[in-house]
Amino acid sequence: MTGTESLYGPIAAILAMAIATFLTRTAGFWLMAHVPLTVRVRRMLEALPGSIVAATVLPIIVKSGLPAMLAIAAAAALMVARRNEFLAVAVGVAVAAGSRALGL
Amino acid sequence: MQDSAIIAPRWTLTGIIEGMRASLVVLPSLAMFAAGFGAVAAQKGLTLFEATMMSAVVYAGVSQFVAMEGWTGQFTLAGLATITAITMIVNLRFVLLGGALRPWLGPLPAWQVYPSLFFLSDAGWLMAMRYRAEGGNDAGYFLGTGLARWTAWIIATVPGYLAGAAVADPHRFGLDMIMPAFFSALLVPLWRGPRRALSWLIAGLVAVTLAQLTSGWWFIVIGALAGSIAGGWIDDRD
Repeated sequence: MTGTESLYGPIAAILAMAIATFLTRTAGFWLMAHVPLTVRVRRMLEALPGSIVAATVLPIIVKSGLPAMLAIAAAAALMVARRNEFLAVAVGVAVAAGSRALGL
Repeated sequence: MQDSAIIAPRWTLTGIIEGMRASLVVLPSLAMFAAGFGAVAAQKGLTLFEATMMSAVVYAGVSQFVAMEGWTGQFTLAGLATITAITMIVNLRFVLLGGALRPWLGPLPAWQVYPSLFFLSDAGWLMAMRYRAEGGNDAGYFLGTGLARWTAWIIATVPGYLAGAAVADPHRFGLDMIMPAFFSALLVPLWRGPRRALSWLIAGLVAVTLAQLTSGWWFIVIGALAGSIAGGWIDDRD
């Protein structure tokens, strides 16, 4: 039983994710033909991406402590200054590795 | 919604190529994002096939990263239902993007529009909307931006995976910070002033509180929904 689950489980999960994602990609186009989105719903959907990021990252910072906090702060600062995701992530990772090497 | 007076968009190869070419500038950062996903997937125990397949059929970076946060590789039926619900909620923002395409692509037959919506992404959508605002009316452009990004997304997952699998102690090298650093970088262009960011703060605080009580994905989703609902009640004036 566990053998079957470990073999097919991840594939089933990936397919489920694919179907779920396709539904969200098509739902708005379909819905707009039937009901217009209200301002409130629109605002809620606009607030969603940032909220997902905050809800994912903040618990990681709380759990991982000071090195994570420094890494995130460095990544965000670099992004503000240079608008370059690659540089932001590279510096964030380097700061985390460096501060851990220092035993923070 | 009356679309009858609007001229239906055309589909041309030229439009597709134009959309692909316009996407070239954003491909390097997209490739880094996909490579980051590949690295995290390797550390979470996915096979190379599973990681690449996820990039190919899901093709939605934020939800792929969130899925990795609680990934154990073992799925019961309840677990499958959970990952389905979470993926759907994380990708709900696509509803807004898809809805905005209705006035433009609405006159086209459904069998042409729905398959091309598979390629809907934040940045590709933004480019297509700009193209449309400038008077463009070739739906191939939208498809082209999607095809270029999708291809880069799949390909770049592979070297990221191989790099991630080669590192024995990801924590020591800070590789566990790839996802949080990427996510934080994503927040910067989303910034619309402190009033709007209040909903992010609410999302973060709810998630931190729930993370003490639950594990897996739910604290992310409930936190995000709390922020989203708060955002619905925060006015635009700022």
